[in-house]
Amino acid sequence: MTDLLSLYRTMVRIRAFEDAAERASQGGVQIWGQSAAPDAEPALVKGPLHLSTGQEAVAAGVCAHLHARDLLTSTHRGHGHTLAKGADSTRMMCELFGRAPGYNKGKGGSMHIADFSVGMLGANGVVTAGLPIAVGAAHALKLRGEDAIAVCFFGDGAINRGPFLEALNWAQIYQLPVLFVCEDNQISATTRSAPMTAGTQAASARAQALGIAATQVDGNDVLAVSDVAAALIAGVRAGSGPRLLHALTYRHKGHVSVDPAHYRDPAEVAAALLTDPVTRARELLAARGQADAAADVLAQARAETAAAVAVAKAAPFPEAHEAFEDIATTGQGVWA
Amino acid sequence: MNDAVLTPPAAADAAPARSTLTLSYAQAAALALSEAMDADRNVVALGEDLGRGGVFGQYRGADGRPLVERFGPDRIIDTPISESTIMGAGVGMALAGLRPVVEMRVADFALCAIDELVNQAAKNRFMFGGQGRVPLVARLPIGIWTASAAQHSQSFEAWFAHVPGLVVVAPATPADNYGLLHSALASGDPVVFMEHKELWSLQGPVTPGTPQHVPLGQAHCVRAGSDITLVSWSRQVHAVAEAAEALAAQGVSAEVIDLRTIWPWDQQAVLASAERTGRLLVVHESIQAAGFGGEIAATVAEHTAARVARLGAPRIPVGYAPTLESVSRIGVEQIVAAALRLLQR
Repeated sequence: MTDLLSLYRTMVRIRAFEDAAERASQGGVQIWGQSAAPDAEPALVKGPLHLSTGQEAVAAGVCAHLHARDLLTSTHRGHGHTLAKGADSTRMMCELFGRAPGYNKGKGGSMHIADFSVGMLGANGVVTAGLPIAVGAAHALKLRGEDAIAVCFFGDGAINRGPFLEALNWAQIYQLPVLFVCEDNQISATTRSAPMTAGTQAASARAQALGIAATQVDGNDVLAVSDVAAALIAGVRAGSGPRLLHALTYRHKGHVSVDPAHYRDPAEVAAALLTDPVTRARELLAARGQADAAADVLAQARAETAAAVAVAKAAPFPEAHEAFEDIATTGQGVWA
Repeated sequence: MNDAVLTPPAAADAAPARSTLTLSYAQAAALALSEAMDADRNVVALGEDLGRGGVFGQYRGADGRPLVERFGPDRIIDTPISESTIMGAGVGMALAGLRPVVEMRVADFALCAIDELVNQAAKNRFMFGGQGRVPLVARLPIGIWTASAAQHSQSFEAWFAHVPGLVVVAPATPADNYGLLHSALASGDPVVFMEHKELWSLQGPVTPGTPQHVPLGQAHCVRAGSDITLVSWSRQVHAVAEAAEALAAQGVSAEVIDLRTIWPWDQQAVLASAERTGRLLVVHESIQAAGFGGEIAATVAEHTAARVARLGAPRIPVGYAPTLESVSRIGVEQIVAAALRLLQR
């Protein structure tokens, strides 16, 4: 069994990162049709910031079983996956702040956070887009005979787009080494998923309809996620085709960081907060006599994040000429 | 390597001779793909009906055998009808070390994979700050194909020319199809490779073993002339060449340039020619409104004193009946008439 304290460390690193990013995004930013307040301090994170606060156990529990050589695709809500896959929080925060030392040199921001050096092939601004890419990566791994797998995170909203079916079908017919992970936070952007989705337990049920083994798990119980992920990943690594992990979780925040999410029933939110995966893991550690260790881990995570924010704040923006770099060097359309 | 074509037979004895073959446009592409697959095991092709040699036979060798017989089903990959995932998986394959040739059957169907091509393949290198590259060649056959109506006849080169990160290619001859497919595979970035569906059987000389003979972005002067410059690409080049012949009979010396690569297009060649002749007519099969001819005409007008004109299809879907379909085709007579009009301006 994976060590609970290390899972907790991953979770609190994500939580600290998300909290800091959320704070840095407040202030002078446009909020869905409203202009930025003219007198507000400009936000350090300016664009859409999709927080995974509350969903940390899924990223931590799955990525605990991955190596750097394994490949990962993610969603627009991808900070947690990136950290859990081994990325450096300072370079990530630099990217969120649009600074030159960021992983993408300031060209991507939060929605496109990535660290290819640890196999994290990118968050994605398009729902479901990561699935075909992940199956293609898995296809390449299989054809090249590499000892690695691909993992693909997506939300419950993604299962209603066509590429979900295409990608699962593809992975199954070619028996590819890929784990699909549905982070079912029960909401598609700002609309409840259930009335928009045919069938019950749809992510797992649809996978099973294609003959893909799928397991549903309490996505806020990090040990449960870790155990199920370990079993599914073992199957994937053994070469017996794709698997799907359907993790039930909850998004604490709005669709983006400046979305107050008034469309949700406060009672529902209050009930969900009682199942917060970070709190549950901390209580379990305390019950096992590891309260001090947990407190140390939390303090380290906060210090790490504070340092990341300080570096990012001081880091330079990319030079304007860099807008013409990292693109096919085949004519930029500027000749005047 | 380019010299090989020019090597006289007597001198070829010392080195293995590179004999020039007569191949169809489809076979020329299959030859390039076979050579690339022989040279690099990471080159694979994926798409619908590839197992039987491709829907147009463009995945069959000159011997008529499907390439899958030579390279096996792991490398010539028969896929489900899943355009989004054919293209999206191509992106993932490219990121994980393969060099996929992604077959879309006809360009019209690639619209089912537009996110994967425009938002994923084209953006990847820039958006992730150069962490990855997507060496992917997407084959999107274009053009009117007799009686195929509105959803199997479109030419979208201007759409993709508009997207940063994409190279767009539209070969007109077997030799260029061979050479440009090699260059596309070697480019390291996503290339939209637009073959014309009415050119598959066109025969022409191709020299095997000359993978570098047609660089991307280099136009070809089909015919030299001094009175007017006619720029075109893909199948329309052949109609334009005929029109130049007809113009010659009327005493007009027309220069014909086959652009070959739509993006990046060979501005140097086009600007120099237009400057010299003082007249530029761009002719393309695709719809004139917002077509790529507008971009070329505008650029020439900005940089030279030449008078410019465009000739493309009317902005209507391609109709099924011959009487309707012909309205969307740009014929030799129209080209001649447009050239004469421009000369009188």
